[in-house]
Amino acid sequence: MMASSYNAKEEDGHHSGSSTHGGTGAPKNKKPDNTAFKQQRLPAWQPILTAGTVLPAFFIIGLMFIPIGIGLYVTSNNIKEYEVDYTGVEPNSPCYDCANSFTWNSTTPCVCTVNFTLTQPFESNVYMYYGLSNFYQNHRRYVKSRDDSQLNGVQSSLISPSKECEPYRTNPETKQPIAPCGAIANSLFNDTLELYYSQPDGNTSKVTLVKKGIAWYTDKHVKFRNPGNDKDNLTERFKGTAKPVNWMKPVYELDPSDPENNGFINEDFIVWMRTAALPTFRKLYRIIQKKPDSTPTLASGKYFLKITYNYPVRSFDGRKRMILSTISWMGGKNPFLGIAYITVGSICFFLGVVLLIIHHKYDTRSNSADIPN
Amino acid sequence: MLPKYGLSPDLDNKKLDATCVGCNHISCSCIRTIYVGHKSCPPNEAYIPPKFCDNRIVSSKYTVWNFLPKNLFEQFRRIANFYFLIIFLVQVIVDTPTSPVTSGLPLFFVITVTAVKQGYEDWLRHKADREVNEYRVSVLEDGRRIRKMSAKIKVGDIVEVEEDETFPCDLILLQSSRDDGTCFVTTASLDGESNHKTHYTVADLESDLQYLSATIECEQPQPDLYKSLGPENLLLKGANLKNTQKICGVAVYTGMETKMALNYQGKSQKRSAVEKSINAFLLVYLFILVSKALVCTTLKYVWQSKHDETWYNEKTQKEKETNQYLKMFTDFLSFMVLFNFIIPVSMYVTVEMQKFLGSFFITWDKDFFDPEIQEGALVNTSDLNEELGQVEYIFTDKTGTLTQNNMEFIECCIDGFQYKHGDGSSELDGFCVTDGPSTKQRQDQIDQIDQIDQIDQEMGFIASSPDEIALVKGAMRYGFTFLGLESKNMKILNRNKDVETYELLHVLNFDPVRRRMSVMVKSKTGDILLFCKGADSSIFPQVRQEEVERIRMHVERNATEGYRTLCVAYKHLSAQEYARADADLREARLTLQDREEKLMAVYNRVETDMILIGATAVEDQLQDEAAQTMEALQGAGMKIWVLTGDKMETAKSTCYACGLFKKNTELLELTLRTLEDGGRSREERLHDLLLEYHKKAVQDAPPVKLGITRKKNTGQDYGFIIDGASLSMVLSSSSEPNSRRYKNLFLQICQNCTSVLCCRMAPLQKAQIVKLVKNSKGNPITLSIGDGANDVSMILEAHVGIGIKGKEGRQAVKNSDYAIPKLKHLKKLLLAHGHLYYVRIAHLVQYFFYKNLCFILPQFLYQFFCGYSQQPLYDAAYLTMYNICFTSMPILAYSLLEQHICIEVLLEHSTLYRDIAKNAMLRWKLFLYWTALGIFHGLVFFFGVRFLFSNPALQDNGQVFGNWSYGTIVFTVLVFTVTLKLALDTRHWTWINHFVIWGSLAFYVFFSFFWGGIIWPFLKHQRLYFVFANMLSSVSAWLVIILLILLSLLPEILLVVLRKPRGPHARQVTLNCIAGDPQSPQSSARPLLTRTFSDESNTVI
Repeated sequence: MMASSYNAKEEDGHHSGSSTHGGTGAPKNKKPDNTAFKQQRLPAWQPILTAGTVLPAFFIIGLMFIPIGIGLYVTSNNIKEYEVDYTGVEPNSPCYDCANSFTWNSTTPCVCTVNFTLTQPFESNVYMYYGLSNFYQNHRRYVKSRDDSQLNGVQSSLISPSKECEPYRTNPETKQPIAPCGAIANSLFNDTLELYYSQPDGNTSKVTLVKKGIAWYTDKHVKFRNPGNDKDNLTERFKGTAKPVNWMKPVYELDPSDPENNGFINEDFIVWMRTAALPTFRKLYRIIQKKPDSTPTLASGKYFLKITYNYPVRSFDGRKRMILSTISWMGGKNPFLGIAYITVGSICFFLGVVLLIIHHKYDTRSNSADIPN
Repeated sequence: MLPKYGLSPDLDNKKLDATCVGCNHISCSCIRTIYVGHKSCPPNEAYIPPKFCDNRIVSSKYTVWNFLPKNLFEQFRRIANFYFLIIFLVQVIVDTPTSPVTSGLPLFFVITVTAVKQGYEDWLRHKADREVNEYRVSVLEDGRRIRKMSAKIKVGDIVEVEEDETFPCDLILLQSSRDDGTCFVTTASLDGESNHKTHYTVADLESDLQYLSATIECEQPQPDLYKSLGPENLLLKGANLKNTQKICGVAVYTGMETKMALNYQGKSQKRSAVEKSINAFLLVYLFILVSKALVCTTLKYVWQSKHDETWYNEKTQKEKETNQYLKMFTDFLSFMVLFNFIIPVSMYVTVEMQKFLGSFFITWDKDFFDPEIQEGALVNTSDLNEELGQVEYIFTDKTGTLTQNNMEFIECCIDGFQYKHGDGSSELDGFCVTDGPSTKQRQDQIDQIDQIDQIDQEMGFIASSPDEIALVKGAMRYGFTFLGLESKNMKILNRNKDVETYELLHVLNFDPVRRRMSVMVKSKTGDILLFCKGADSSIFPQVRQEEVERIRMHVERNATEGYRTLCVAYKHLSAQEYARADADLREARLTLQDREEKLMAVYNRVETDMILIGATAVEDQLQDEAAQTMEALQGAGMKIWVLTGDKMETAKSTCYACGLFKKNTELLELTLRTLEDGGRSREERLHDLLLEYHKKAVQDAPPVKLGITRKKNTGQDYGFIIDGASLSMVLSSSSEPNSRRYKNLFLQICQNCTSVLCCRMAPLQKAQIVKLVKNSKGNPITLSIGDGANDVSMILEAHVGIGIKGKEGRQAVKNSDYAIPKLKHLKKLLLAHGHLYYVRIAHLVQYFFYKNLCFILPQFLYQFFCGYSQQPLYDAAYLTMYNICFTSMPILAYSLLEQHICIEVLLEHSTLYRDIAKNAMLRWKLFLYWTALGIFHGLVFFFGVRFLFSNPALQDNGQVFGNWSYGTIVFTVLVFTVTLKLALDTRHWTWINHFVIWGSLAFYVFFSFFWGGIIWPFLKHQRLYFVFANMLSSVSAWLVIILLILLSLLPEILLVVLRKPRGPHARQVTLNCIAGDPQSPQSSARPLLTRTFSDESNTVI
């Protein structure tokens, strides 16, 4: 419909243009068409915003937003969250030694353990995040340092990755292409976190951490794909490529236990590859599935977190955290939305009241002013 | 000045009597010598043929060869184009966050479209030039007639012109087919006077031009048309030959040196005030852009000193090697490119499209259609649509524009009795009793007066003045038919079907100082009578005073009604008296020196002691609705100046008729007549008069405030009258400081007068006046309207030039910016179209700057969170599409269709025009408001989402969002807010607006799904893969989007509601608007929504 109207316009424009330049042609009837559009008489709705029409809207918005805000706030408050900072900056913190003794080419992993107590039980699914601070995953050089077609399993990109991956494109010594190339992949978060529960009876039990379902479904199944034929051995398929410089093991050994979670389609890897928006961020690490019986997923009590400390953050004043959180329909804990809704709702309501008063006053005044006319 | 044309024989020894008296004053340096028919001077003399230009007229700008470089050069001189070129080059050379295609493609598009448009226009000019230059004319060479292209005429050629043809160059008349050696021409296309002028051949020439050998000495080409229309034997290019079979003349000025070409000003590109505002805003935004880039670059290096290179994000080899300062510079450029969307190319595209498409509404308007000429309005340039809404001064031509140049006899009064003509029979006023014989006789006498110079033709009467035709025709209706002039004998058929014969003895010609003319006739009985007609003021002192009072009453009444009044007086001359007058006249005519003065002295001596017969009233018919149009335009706050080449009296009466001068208007006159009063030098008198008028009009009058009705406010209305000669004295006074002072005085007087009349103007003088006002304080927007070639220069000079598709050729139409069939159409053109266009484009401009500010501000703020690394917040697709697809159509539709006040109301209330005067909607205050709004929105968008992302786990399955989700949420809020903001401003929702606004939003959603739904094989990054869909699966994202949109629009809604209508007037207007639009089928369905009051100009914040 739109297009037809503009076509008509164009045609008429052309016509009028040609007739003006036609000079002394035969006298044509150039009377303009009497159409609503050309005469600027299209039927139109002429809304007028007035105190009268806007007032109800203000009240309605106020009345809607305040309950929503309260709901959001309550929901957010009900979410249980526990955060453990294990960076090891303070000399008395358990990971201090690991953090200090870090070298890039150490062969023996440094392990440290952090104790903490959950005062309240965590119901339903519990999500385990790792959080990094002062880590600029959104730096432009970093964000573009990846090759999506390599990650999508395109063979040619596997052999010669995109230039954007520099300086993590080829291994400086062997000159072999790096898979996965680029700074993002190179800096993959490689701390291993394990959670143990000290039962009241003194035993410790390992909490089962599920490593599937942490990445976007579409990323895992479409955007990321291993190269080559599915039937071949994964090692074969990555033949001729080098591992990223900072990695300890090649990409096809990310999760040897599960071929569906190995190589490029390793979910930890996929999660890492989705660059964070802000320099302080959290990423989903594991899911603790709720138990079939009615016992809480994480009962209150003592826990200890066993960390294989591989990831250096001290060089850039970063912090590392482990976060345990339950989730609601609105996502993780964030009081902002609730507060914002309550605030905006209250403002609207307040303005509604003010407007009502003004409207009343103004209306009477304008009426009296109109009378002499 | 006297004519300076001398014809002197060089081969014949016979001394020819040159028609010119002043030839001996010519100094050698400024004369050109022309050899008639190229028969040069004595062969033994070394003769160097002087170089004169040929008769080619060139108005085109480009040739095939220089088109590309010249056009490109001109286009890139535009600040915006140059800027985009730079940005494009930076993107090509430097590693920047966005691809060069994003700015290169639109730029290429704009440049190409403009070049094609200008090329086409120039081709049309070439075509028109060719038509003129290849026009065939007859040239006499060695006694043979040769057909030759007009362009090939050389100075000295003898050119033959036939009836109704146009003279191809400036000619000296050598031979005419008429016995008396005269020819008639009309100079309508030169100075707008459509009457026939008589020109004479050079006296005493041999009849056979073949053997003529002579030289002409004349002055170098001069543009002053007024001065040179005088010479009796110079025929100007552009004039038409009438009533003469053919003439021969020798070409003296050709091509670009003709008076017409010298009076023609090149058509320069006009820029509207809005465009100037855009450029000013552009500079502000450029400043914002540069400072943003500077801030970011500085902070980047501060930041880097702390976080130099982290292990996870090493620099590339190239980056490490680059020189630090060069890197800083390229970083700066990268930031520039990242933020360059703040000044979008698309705004220029949209503005151009709006102007181009918008101008069709003028051509389509059926109110502009004139059934007589079967044509509507014509738009020659679409660049000035909005300027039509900003006009402060209107300069109008008189003949053909205000008037139809069609005189009609209305009434006469004889001895105090009034005779009015109606339906062919004579009607008498209440107080007029009889139609006595004396009256009859005098009627008859009036009749005679007007018979001078008139030639009875089959078709009708032809006279040098249209008034005279009207009088003769008027007399005919009373039964006195003028039969014609036969060898000095006038014959009149009177009521009794008898033929009366009068012998014409002398004609005492009209001149502007005396302002009357007389004839001496001898009746059959041998009585010698002198009849005199003239302006009342010049007749009354010359007659016996008894009758004056009674007649004066009539004259004044007629004058205020806008009729042209003439008084008629007569006197018996005794034989002695006549003999003396006759002798004096003959003597005076033969004098060479001061002939004019001597003649005038004789005239004045003869024309005394006459008996007043009565007065006549002739109506110079005005154009349809001329008075109403002028009233409406004055009501809209425009000042109207009448610029005419016509006589002062005529022009003055037209001004009265149009209501420009009213009964109580005090006229301040600065003309030759007033300058010559008092007997002092003109210069001194000019000085005194200017001071006197200035005191009256400027110092004594309370300052006129805009917006307040003038008539009630100030006690006295002033009208100012100036003529061409006085004007040139004002403008080119002998000393420089004087001249500037006079100009200032003149301008100040004029600005305090309700109307100004400038008469006896040469075309260039008209342009001078326009220029003077245009460049005066405050640079008011001027509009010129005219219909003839004499108006072309002022049409070109003014900000907006309007041509009337009148009878006098198409010159004015061709050179105008807009052409309309009738004067009355000006009202709608300005009050409705101009007003709407201005509001539309002003809103368009403000909105564009606003929407790009709040588009780019989050991107700027994001730099603070990403280590100043030039990381774009939005995906490249969004960056490119934002201005092209997502937000361009609604504003384009708005800027084409918006009617914040409907057309009927705009026409009815001309004062509404004042609301937008002086570029009201593009003032800095409003610009600041929009900028503040943009900043507010940008902050809300960015920080709203920033707080949401303090915990990026936004999905109910615990998964997290990344930076592209962040950008997409901000962008979604942005697109919706910006579109809904426009929706709030839209006062006129046609189905197109609905379609486009909701369509754009739907398109955005659809596009985002589509763009994120596929792994695009040609893209290096699949950044947005399923980002949008994932965003929509998050309740928090929905909630934050709704919240932020609402929060952004809240102040806007609040402002609209809180702003009070300006007085009860506004309310009334809107109510009228609804009531006065019965055609609209929606009107019955509307009241629910429009019942309440409104602010008539919501867009004017």
